[in-house]
Amino acid sequence: MNPAGLSGQIRRAWAIARKDIRIYYVKGPVLIFGIFMPVFLFLAFLMGSRQLPLAFLVSGLIGMTLFFTATAVSPAIFPWEGQAKTLERLASCPIMVEAIILGDMIASTLFGIGITIITVLIGIALGLPLLHAVTLLAAILLAACCFSAIGMLLAVPPTNVPSNIMMLSSLLKFPLVFISGIFVPLEQMPSWGLALAVCSPLTYFTDIVRYSFTGSHFFPVLVDIAALGTFTVVFSAGAMILHKRTMPRRM
Amino acid sequence: MPDAIEVTSLTKTFGPTVAVDHVSFSVQEGEIFGFLGPNGAGKTTTTRMLTGVIPPDAGTALILGYDIRHSPVLAKQGFGVVPETSNAYTDLSAWQNLMLMGDLYGLPRGRATKRASDLLGMLGLLERKDQKVQAFSKGMKQRLILAMALIHEPGLLFLDEPTSGLDVQSTQMILSLLRTLNRSGTTIFLTTHNMEEANRLCHRVGIIRSGTIVAVDAPEKLKAAIDRVHRIEVSFDRQVPPDALGRLPGVTGADRTGDKWRITAENPDTVIRSLVAFSREQDVAIVTLTTLAPSLDDAFIRLTEEGSP
Repeated sequence: MNPAGLSGQIRRAWAIARKDIRIYYVKGPVLIFGIFMPVFLFLAFLMGSRQLPLAFLVSGLIGMTLFFTATAVSPAIFPWEGQAKTLERLASCPIMVEAIILGDMIASTLFGIGITIITVLIGIALGLPLLHAVTLLAAILLAACCFSAIGMLLAVPPTNVPSNIMMLSSLLKFPLVFISGIFVPLEQMPSWGLALAVCSPLTYFTDIVRYSFTGSHFFPVLVDIAALGTFTVVFSAGAMILHKRTMPRRM
Repeated sequence: MPDAIEVTSLTKTFGPTVAVDHVSFSVQEGEIFGFLGPNGAGKTTTTRMLTGVIPPDAGTALILGYDIRHSPVLAKQGFGVVPETSNAYTDLSAWQNLMLMGDLYGLPRGRATKRASDLLGMLGLLERKDQKVQAFSKGMKQRLILAMALIHEPGLLFLDEPTSGLDVQSTQMILSLLRTLNRSGTTIFLTTHNMEEANRLCHRVGIIRSGTIVAVDAPEKLKAAIDRVHRIEVSFDRQVPPDALGRLPGVTGADRTGDKWRITAENPDTVIRSLVAFSREQDVAIVTLTTLAPSLDDAFIRLTEEGSP
């Protein structure tokens, strides 16, 4: 089999993903930024806004969970591996940078999906009716890919200090959460807020989650899906191109 | 014999610093090639370019016939790398590290399992295979790194200071394995500071200084080349006439020191033949005969100091 061929590189990407799952899922910063942070953020919000319906709150929690979890693993891997010199080992193996990125994205995506499914089950257990399960599953899969690509983009600056990337990551993630209709419904946003909201992929995912639980939505579902798909392709391609440029500077 | 490595005018700059300056050399298949140089001379940068870790700014490097810039995956599939710093995944076990390498080199699981067992057994790590690497000693980590580099039976092996700071047992185990590998046809590119190791192991050595290659030759030839005058010490079982040695063919000087004669010569081969003929003619037995040629250390110091500020 040609090691440079597509199937050979996809097999290698899967090997990278399995390695990431074994190593990075239980790393402290991943758990803090991926799980504890959104949970406490949600609890703080829940206590301060008791008049909002449960469906709105749970939809927001699901959106936030997927966003935080899927962006928790991918930004940490490159700086960690650069610091431990394991990235140099990967760079001398017959695997393309694109396949390494794909592997990291798969690990990040699966982490996001796994934790988010638990949140969805909590919502159902609280008595919320899941009206559009297939749409929700498709959206979770697509958005998880999109958010993990955002995570990879955040790791582009060639620093080998994981805390630097985690800081940069928080700097971008929190504003995105506030403009994406999680805490304030899109219908109640001022026009400038809405203009910002359409630039965030999280907006479209949150809109689909609300549709899945309540049947109501701000954008047409197809627009949400198309927007998420476009963001995924653009961010993934961007991450691959930029990492290819900056990776030698980590060595 | 075809070249396993063919480097032409390889260049790398970091800002205003030229780390590697139009370096050219080749390594034949089946050869052990030592790459020597003082700290900061450009050894590691060259090795990183050859292994595809960093791209060169100019020049070409053909590894096993593949251009490392244009066909990196095909080139990397054919070689293994043992870097100076251990870079196994410390959160994984030795076995998991080897299986990961098997997957990255595209080995079928059965073959990877067999190779991993064989290599861990050969390197004395089989009993610790399920232990996380973070609990390993430096020597054990280095042996594991060697196993990881060999999992796919590469035809070419790059090693950067493989025995630096290791205990005697690990050093001997690694050097012995390198000799065995070379005997079975593996080409070895060895970066080292250890002159004795290079002298005993390498068929040829290349010496780099300030980013440029200053010499590429067999260790013995390099030693000979730096000093045209050789010294030979000889002692006989009884006294010989004081002027007789000075008149022998090839001898440029002969001084008695204690019970020995120190002879200077341009061509040690001619002098040794003359001494043997002399001992036969005079009916005296040679008790000791020692050539005091410069060591590889001497050659290295001379070649890396020449032209230095």
